[in-house]
Amino acid sequence: MSEKLLFTKEHEWVLVKGDVVRVGITDYAQEELGDVVYVDLPEVGDRVEEGEGFVVVESVKAVADVYAPVSGEVISVNEELDESPELVNESPFDRGWIAEIKVEGVAQTGDLMSKQEYEEFLKGV
Amino acid sequence: MDTEERGGNVKQTPLTNKHKALGARMVDYAGWEMPVQYAGLIEEHLTVRSKVGLFDLTHMGEFELTGPGALATLNSVTTNDPSSLAVGEIQYTCLTNEQGGIIDDILVYRTENGFLLVVNAANTAKDWDWIKGRLQPATELKDLTSDLALIAVQGPLSAPLVEETLGISVEDIKNYTFIETEYQGSPLLLSRTGYTGEDGFELYFPNAVAEQLWDDLMAKGQKHGVAPIGLGARDTLRLEMRMPLYGNDVWEETTPYEAGLGRFVKLDKGQFVGREVLQKQKEEGVGRRLIAFKMLEKGIPRQGYPLLNAEDEEIGVVTSGTHSPSLDQPIGMGYVKAEYAKAGTVITVQIRKRQAKAEIIKGRFLS
Repeated sequence: MSEKLLFTKEHEWVLVKGDVVRVGITDYAQEELGDVVYVDLPEVGDRVEEGEGFVVVESVKAVADVYAPVSGEVISVNEELDESPELVNESPFDRGWIAEIKVEGVAQTGDLMSKQEYEEFLKGV
Repeated sequence: MDTEERGGNVKQTPLTNKHKALGARMVDYAGWEMPVQYAGLIEEHLTVRSKVGLFDLTHMGEFELTGPGALATLNSVTTNDPSSLAVGEIQYTCLTNEQGGIIDDILVYRTENGFLLVVNAANTAKDWDWIKGRLQPATELKDLTSDLALIAVQGPLSAPLVEETLGISVEDIKNYTFIETEYQGSPLLLSRTGYTGEDGFELYFPNAVAEQLWDDLMAKGQKHGVAPIGLGARDTLRLEMRMPLYGNDVWEETTPYEAGLGRFVKLDKGQFVGREVLQKQKEEGVGRRLIAFKMLEKGIPRQGYPLLNAEDEEIGVVTSGTHSPSLDQPIGMGYVKAEYAKAGTVITVQIRKRQAKAEIIKGRFLS
């Protein structure tokens, strides 16, 4: 199955694999936040709406919402973050992933940016 | 964060370019462009606890109070007793309003000529107006804020670094005392004070030698593992030591007794602004108290989060909260109704939609 990596204006990354999207925060976002010390994960089975803050990532100084890029059901969360929230800083695109959402039908990702578009977007931030 | 700008322009310290060259993230704080973080908050915090760190605190305000009426003036606007100070000694004290509320918490240095007052950056203009309006006859108040730079050297290895840099011994400089010395021909005031709970020093000197002194401290500090420290770690360092931060934990509607600063109020020293209210609070007790708590369950307390009792009734509010880098545990401070302020009491912090238990502690988070 083909994978597609997309980005939001709120600095989440979204890896689309059919009807499952994996969500994390970008390198830019973790850098802005600083040392991440706590990730308030959703429960598996939670129903989330697109645009809803469904995860909270906290650094020593700051609190940041992570918004659901699509509507659907949370089918998996990265429980490793309970013990090692610093993975969000150390490996934001890989071991620091946060949650997976299963959409009904096909993920609507038309509003999301490609890697190239996101890099352009960052220049204007 | 309480920021109050005097005029529209953001001020820079003589070390602003040094911070930028070191890769600091700069923020506007109290009208100054200041470094909030360099290598990373946790790393900086732990450097101060284990080695030594440098802080640019040039944004702090400094006033000189001199003349025959200086002591009487100071006594009339502060809660502590400045007459007990010998030359070379330093006192923590509060400026209070008629309601006993804290206008600022400040340090008073007793000098040969009078007093040096070190005030919070965000309060510099307010304090100036307050004191200026209450000067006794034959008293002069002078604002030295834009003439003086301030570097804090904090951590267990601060003493050897200061000794090697200034070429003096600090053995006789006890906590809360200072000496006047020189650096490269410029006068330098060196005090054994700080806001981290570690051994440490604060160096006040003319702006002109700031870059040279900073470079010198950084170079001589290499072998001690020195690092520059931002305002972010300054906040977590002071919170672990339960030191209140003006604008967070104390403000004009809080009094020294409510904030646990009663030992800095001397009711028998004569008249001062707010004395009647404070006398009454001392006799009758206060309705709320500033407490420190550690979380028993997951979640980080943040300023403004409600504090609840076992019946889910609101009994107070969080004023400071963070993840303690030294303890690797969330901690906080806040006001609660006095009946809940006892150490060991379990309270609930309302963290967004969740609730998490916390326990009120006795003393500091770090011993």
